[in-house]
Amino acid sequence: MESKGKLYIVEILGILLGLLWLSPFYLMIVNAFKTKKEIFTDVLGLPEEFTSANFVEAYIDLEFTNSLVNSVLITVISVAIIIFFSSMAGYALARNKSKLSGIFLLLFVSAMLIPFQSVMIPLVSLFGKVEMLNRAGLIFMYLGFGCSLSIFLYHGAMTGISKTLDEAAKIDGANKFQTFVHIIFPLLKPISVTVGILNVIWIWNDYLLPSLILGENNATIPLKMFYFFGQYTKQWHLALAGLTIAIIPVIVGYFFAQKQIIEGVSEGAVK
Amino acid sequence: MRNRDLSFWLFLAPVLLGLTLVVIVPLIYGTVYSFTDWNGLKATKFLGFENYLNLFHDKEFLDSIVFTVGFSIVSVVLLNILGLGLAILVTRKIKSNNFLRTIFFMPNLIGGLILGFIWQFIFVSVFSDIGEALKVDALQGWLSTTSTGFWGLVILTCWQMAGYIMIIYIAYLQNIPNELIEAAKIDGANSWQRFRNITFPLVAPAFTVSMFLTLSSSFKIYDQNLSLTNGGPFESTQMVAMEIVKTAFSANEMAYGQAKAVVFFIIVSIIALTQVYYNKKREVDM
Repeated sequence: MESKGKLYIVEILGILLGLLWLSPFYLMIVNAFKTKKEIFTDVLGLPEEFTSANFVEAYIDLEFTNSLVNSVLITVISVAIIIFFSSMAGYALARNKSKLSGIFLLLFVSAMLIPFQSVMIPLVSLFGKVEMLNRAGLIFMYLGFGCSLSIFLYHGAMTGISKTLDEAAKIDGANKFQTFVHIIFPLLKPISVTVGILNVIWIWNDYLLPSLILGENNATIPLKMFYFFGQYTKQWHLALAGLTIAIIPVIVGYFFAQKQIIEGVSEGAVK
Repeated sequence: MRNRDLSFWLFLAPVLLGLTLVVIVPLIYGTVYSFTDWNGLKATKFLGFENYLNLFHDKEFLDSIVFTVGFSIVSVVLLNILGLGLAILVTRKIKSNNFLRTIFFMPNLIGGLILGFIWQFIFVSVFSDIGEALKVDALQGWLSTTSTGFWGLVILTCWQMAGYIMIIYIAYLQNIPNELIEAAKIDGANSWQRFRNITFPLVAPAFTVSMFLTLSSSFKIYDQNLSLTNGGPFESTQMVAMEIVKTAFSANEMAYGQAKAVVFFIIVSIIALTQVYYNKKREVDM
């Protein structure tokens, strides 16, 4: 056993480091409650009085309800589509042992290496030609960029699912699609959670792609935040209130699902 | 499922369509057009390697590469030291270890754009106030010079990503059998010797994983760059990704921007393929 005293020091050191890690959030929140003048005179302390005025103004200027709905809509639909189609593809590739199937898998894995910036210019140009620079186009792009890693993870998870299940379902008269939906997909649930978490984090926070595709009316939270911030340079009390509002949905989500999130991210990174 | 089964193709069709139209076609289309005078709508003549040769005289682009490489090297080193340090800390038998994991990982969930704005406030307002109070001139004028912009980006990246790297190291640290550590203790090894001779060699594979992960992600950074410094002062803290976006969408030089994007793709691929090579080599060695 380690000596109690030494562990005590480690504990204190850890907590101090944790507080340091949280300090940017502390600074953001306390100053979001201050007036412009108060930030100027005292940036570190607590506000003299907690007023919600900055938050109300920032919320209205951010059109937060609107951008929140847009972000939720785009993220949920994109991730649902990625999960459904990637699991189907992962299943098909795992159950077909041919050379062609191997080539397809390699194609998806190689696509993960292509940085977004290398394809964005022609992508925007091509989708612009067919009038697809809108939310539907954006969701389709998320499928294209997101499916590779997802298929890779589903393909790996399929090795744990016995082929006898497919055969049993076939004897019972199920076709391939029914077998997948009723037998295989429910068994893939743990990996679906991982795939879902990884894609939600990415799409929710993505800025560059939506900034090239969406107009101000359909702006997601990061996009709206960028316009908003440009309007309020030097007006930190409002800018910080806006940033605090923008972070709240993420913190709430993290609070409820932190175990799954950390496990999911760990799984996605180590593979 | 066999190749000639309709179901095989139906199951693959949506993702193949997505990958083809979103990644493969634009990659080929863009590469072809990078050899022309394409303006985003049409190309009138074939230029050969002209766009690519111009890159070598483009000071802004070359500067952005130098800045990106420097930033990536410093970030990778610091991130791995920090990530491993945090992982060792939270795998000790302390009461707050779960709580600390949650905290260290938190910035990683928030978008780089938003984090960059928060840190802009800290560097500009908070730093100067503390500097004034403590009479430290080094805390004044952050983000207004190239070097403070550089270190600002490094600090932001470390704060955001260290928790992620920590998670990777935790996964490897937890695989170290406890008996090994206990046996070494009985043999009289002190904590540095245990770290040096047991922990370190057993987490070595994690170094390769997280080194390349941090390298390729710091190489591709855009959001943090945009919100923290926007490339300033005078384009001196501009990274490659931002340079490409500006060339294409602000200066409207699509073909030239795409030539830069192709070069960027080649650099990132070399990094990635080196990783694959090292992973394979290690598997053979083991």
